[in-house]
Amino acid sequence: MNRIPLIHISRRKDIVWYKAWLIRIVAIILALVLCGVITMVTTGLNPIKVYAAMIDGTFGTTRRIWMLCQNIAILLCISIALAPAFKMRFWNLGGDGQALMGALGAAAVMILLGDKIPNGLLILIMVVVSIACGAIWAVIPAVFKARWNTNETLFTLMMNYVAIQLVAFFVIVWEVPKGAGKIGIINQNTNAGWFPQVGGSKYLLNIIIVAVLTIAMFIYMKYSKHGYELSVVGESEPTARYVGIKVRKVIIRTMVLSGALCGVAGLLLVGGTDHTLTTTLVSGRGFTGVMVAWLAKFNPIYMVLTSFLIVFLQRGAGEITTAYSLNQSYGDIITGIILFFIIGCEFFLNYKVSFRKSHKEVA
Amino acid sequence: MDKQSPILELKHITKRFGNITANEDVSLEVYQGEILALLGENGSGKTTLMNAIAGIYYPEEGQIFVNGKEVSINSPKDAYDLGIGMIHQHFKLIDVLSAAENIVLGLKDKRRYDLKAAGAKIREICDKYGFDVDPNQKIYNMSVSQKQTVEIVKVLFRGADILILDEPTAVLTPQETEKLFNVLRNMKQDGKSIIIITHKLNEVLEISDRVAILRKGRYICDIKTSEADTQQLTDAMVGHAVTLNIERKVPVDPKDKIIVKNLTVRDSDGVEKLKNINFTARTGEILGIAGISGNGQKELLESIAGLQKIETGSILFVNEDGTEEELVGMDPKKITDMGITLSFVPEDRLGMGLVGNMDLADNMMLRSFRHGHGLFTDRKAPYELAEQVVKELEVNTPSIRTAVRKLSGGNVQKVLVGREIAAAPTVLMTAYAVRGLDINSSYIIYDLVNKQKARGVAVIYVGEDLDVLLELCDRILVLCDGQVSGELDGREADKQQVGLMMTRLGGAEHE
Amino acid sequence: MFGFLLSFIPRAVSQGIPLMFGAVGETITEKSGNLNLGTAGIMYVGGICGVIGSFLYETRTGIENMNAFLGILIPLVCCLLGSLIMGLIYCFLTVTLRANQNVTGLAMTTFGVGFGNFFGGSLIKLSGADVPSIALSRTSQFFSAKLPFAKDLGWFGQIFLSYSFLAYTAVAMAIIASVVIFHTKLGLQLRAVGESPSTADAAGINVTRYKYFATCIGAMVSGLGGLYYVMDYASGVWSNDAFGDRGWLAIALVIFTIWRPAHSIWASILFGGLYILHIFIPSGTNLAIKELYQMAPYVVTIIVLIFTSLRNKRENQPPASLGLSYFREDR
Repeated sequence: MNRIPLIHISRRKDIVWYKAWLIRIVAIILALVLCGVITMVTTGLNPIKVYAAMIDGTFGTTRRIWMLCQNIAILLCISIALAPAFKMRFWNLGGDGQALMGALGAAAVMILLGDKIPNGLLILIMVVVSIACGAIWAVIPAVFKARWNTNETLFTLMMNYVAIQLVAFFVIVWEVPKGAGKIGIINQNTNAGWFPQVGGSKYLLNIIIVAVLTIAMFIYMKYSKHGYELSVVGESEPTARYVGIKVRKVIIRTMVLSGALCGVAGLLLVGGTDHTLTTTLVSGRGFTGVMVAWLAKFNPIYMVLTSFLIVFLQRGAGEITTAYSLNQSYGDIITGIILFFIIGCEFFLNYKVSFRKSHKEVA
Repeated sequence: MDKQSPILELKHITKRFGNITANEDVSLEVYQGEILALLGENGSGKTTLMNAIAGIYYPEEGQIFVNGKEVSINSPKDAYDLGIGMIHQHFKLIDVLSAAENIVLGLKDKRRYDLKAAGAKIREICDKYGFDVDPNQKIYNMSVSQKQTVEIVKVLFRGADILILDEPTAVLTPQETEKLFNVLRNMKQDGKSIIIITHKLNEVLEISDRVAILRKGRYICDIKTSEADTQQLTDAMVGHAVTLNIERKVPVDPKDKIIVKNLTVRDSDGVEKLKNINFTARTGEILGIAGISGNGQKELLESIAGLQKIETGSILFVNEDGTEEELVGMDPKKITDMGITLSFVPEDRLGMGLVGNMDLADNMMLRSFRHGHGLFTDRKAPYELAEQVVKELEVNTPSIRTAVRKLSGGNVQKVLVGREIAAAPTVLMTAYAVRGLDINSSYIIYDLVNKQKARGVAVIYVGEDLDVLLELCDRILVLCDGQVSGELDGREADKQQVGLMMTRLGGAEHE
Repeated sequence: MFGFLLSFIPRAVSQGIPLMFGAVGETITEKSGNLNLGTAGIMYVGGICGVIGSFLYETRTGIENMNAFLGILIPLVCCLLGSLIMGLIYCFLTVTLRANQNVTGLAMTTFGVGFGNFFGGSLIKLSGADVPSIALSRTSQFFSAKLPFAKDLGWFGQIFLSYSFLAYTAVAMAIIASVVIFHTKLGLQLRAVGESPSTADAAGINVTRYKYFATCIGAMVSGLGGLYYVMDYASGVWSNDAFGDRGWLAIALVIFTIWRPAHSIWASILFGGLYILHIFIPSGTNLAIKELYQMAPYVVTIIVLIFTSLRNKRENQPPASLGLSYFREDR
């Protein structure tokens, strides 16, 4: 009976910023070391060379840097879309579906109105329609959450798959040529609805748009009345009601915003770079975005860093698969392991672990 | 009591939470077959000390002996194994399970899982001590007193010899309290030791054999109840005789401000929380609301603040020019938009009045965030207000940018009250404004409330300490079971009279 | 019509079995208060670990020398081990380190799916196949062995007896889980942990141990779903990403059955049926419409989700502490 707990865990009151970063960096280094060991064991490759190849694969050429920025832009766009919802403690796991719906909206406008109206007007309609599609997809679960407290995590999750099937349906409806089972490049000859190239690159416009949106979202969340309201709702609904904030209205409004921005991500993919529509267009960024937003503590500026980290891992791993003829999924394993470490290290930021030696000594 | 060896002995227990010391060097003994009352003000460390025995907290320093042997209690299970069972203030029952399922929960015995046998044993315990429990009833269908009974049976079912009850009567009606005390006496007869945590002197005198007193986390003394008197206990508990000397000026030109007529409120389960309430709050006056907690105080204040769904009745706000506005059907924003400044210090400070994870300035903004230009909040004014509140109310905080939840209870309350008063209200409502505060902070709050009264504000002060209500308030409205039990003049009322009205509708016939 | 049912039901069942494993595993996990969104990843890991085990066994021993008992045991143990490790990772992060359950679950899915596809791809390369898949036909034969007398019983045999042992294991798991959760002390304590960990803690139940225990058992059960899919449903053919979104469908099933594992028996067969309904509905040349039919399971789940929240019955709600981590000194 005479045992004394060896380890004592208590909640931290405060942590100095450099300590917090030190913990995070140590976690990432440990993760990289572990990934290196795993790489060695499973593939027999020298992990240092693999990492070098990753860096080269991400930054090696101008084109690779453009691709890196483009990928960051799209992931960041979805992440900043999810951030206000999470800040409100609304688990929007439907980023994938919302972005896909935005893409569907944009593609529909391109296909149906393609050469019938002036390009400027066409793009304008694309913008409106894809934003509306994303917003509608997000507002449905929001209404049910606000009105009947329906579990939003599971609802938004299911909406993803409904969206995928809807896109699959339209892909076949609009397939080119008949029986191909895919749409191919939309308006390849006329380029109708294609976003104009800025600075000689089809990526730059997307990057600029997302950069502007990121700053706008940062300001919205930190300095606007709406941003303040949604933080209060997230922290405590009774407090929100106490000061007369209409909780339902805030939930619905925030989710419209969240879905609309996901819609923008879909629009950027279809109008800006890919000019096509497939069910895998968003490729799970809705989920990756959840992690990006959460790791950055819902701060849009930090999200630039976290999305960079994740895109770097995925791009780098993608490049080494060709260099070392590994499998594409190798990147997912590395990403997974690094995420485990970053998620795990949060514990050491929030809690203090101390060891007890005897009962006279105070931990 | 014979000079027997104690069944439970604490030696030099110290428990800290961060920099706050909840218990310091407490030593205490409990003997078999006695009822020990653990007396102390709110925040004197009674519950923390008992939690250390029950295995909820592990003390930083000190030793615990059970039957003369040193023990280490790391979990509630360890406590049960030693025959110690605690009935917490917040019941630890699981709503969707039945009474029997809750009672056998966590039980370690090798026998087959058999709810029927458990039910039989529960009935046996009930018969022995005089409880009334249906083993198959689901907890979410039970009244508070039934839930408490389940808790006690649970502890007895485990064969506990030492029972700890944390403020068991706070939620009970007088009849239920009487029933509980009878049961406790039966258990004592049976040789059980009982520790009852309370801050109600009359209960101490009625039920206990011995009283141990804690003050600010320290052990003060223990007295045989038969040799104790109220004065002596009070002195030990508060450190000096209770002469509050709260200033009370005669109201200047009181005018009706809030008129409540036939107000009835039901909760989400359809239970009537307020029944046909009538009263008037006047300017320049403090209207005290007395009552055992949970008798409708919360619902009453929230109704006026526009936070309750109201079944019937009306709440009128009287303007300067004598015209009246109906507040029923309004929400806090509409009330503000009507130009009425209604300040409300709710009971649950971090759950309702403040946002724990936000800093002081952002919490100040709760009331003013709509004032900014266009889309944006004005962040400068709240910051300055926070600085002002910190300075004037002597809030102890590392900085304005510190999250409120990191402050101590008293400082949290100062932040909240400071913000509410800064709005220059016409009506100020406070619920348990000094709960958990030390004497000094309490006086600061009384002083603030009095200043508002002098400004001509209609103050509604919900309190639990009768001495304070009697010295602070101009009029006292007593609530009992969601109804107005009586209304008294604060200067003439005496404590017994209010106490009676709190426990019995109408109390003594009066007025 | 009868003929249609005769061919439809067995296919719906074999489509539903992986979902049943997933749903039962996830229900056990969620009863402890852990919302494990990593189920999809765990099922991938379960599947690929089984594949790795049997691949090594097949190639080392040679197809002719394979022993039926070992042929089943090796992949089974590998599958259980792999999913157990996934369960442990989830528990270590969310229970011991108190990380956010949603984020951890999603990271697990990224990792698990990547793990499955990486090793799947590596094995495909090792086996030198010219198609992007790996076939373990011998092992699959062991796994998909049917009851010997099923054929002699006509329609009855076809509908009820034409499945492999893993399918019956799934049904048994669902029943066992239901009995344990609702009729034993173990289950009572598990429900207590999921409803209110602080209460369970005060009652002397080791919350951490229960959460670990339930989540790991749950992960292993889910993992079997992946194994069944490869070895039986897909006849031993592993191709990357083939398992698809079944993991999420399993999570949907948990809601659909309002946290009652016994109901997952019929519910997963129903979902299995909905999943393949599009194959059976005649649509002529309009292939597009089939894609819309495939929405059915998700739409149905959404409707159930809405209905349970509308009716708001106390017994039908998710475990009260679902998704929250527990720290004793927080109270």
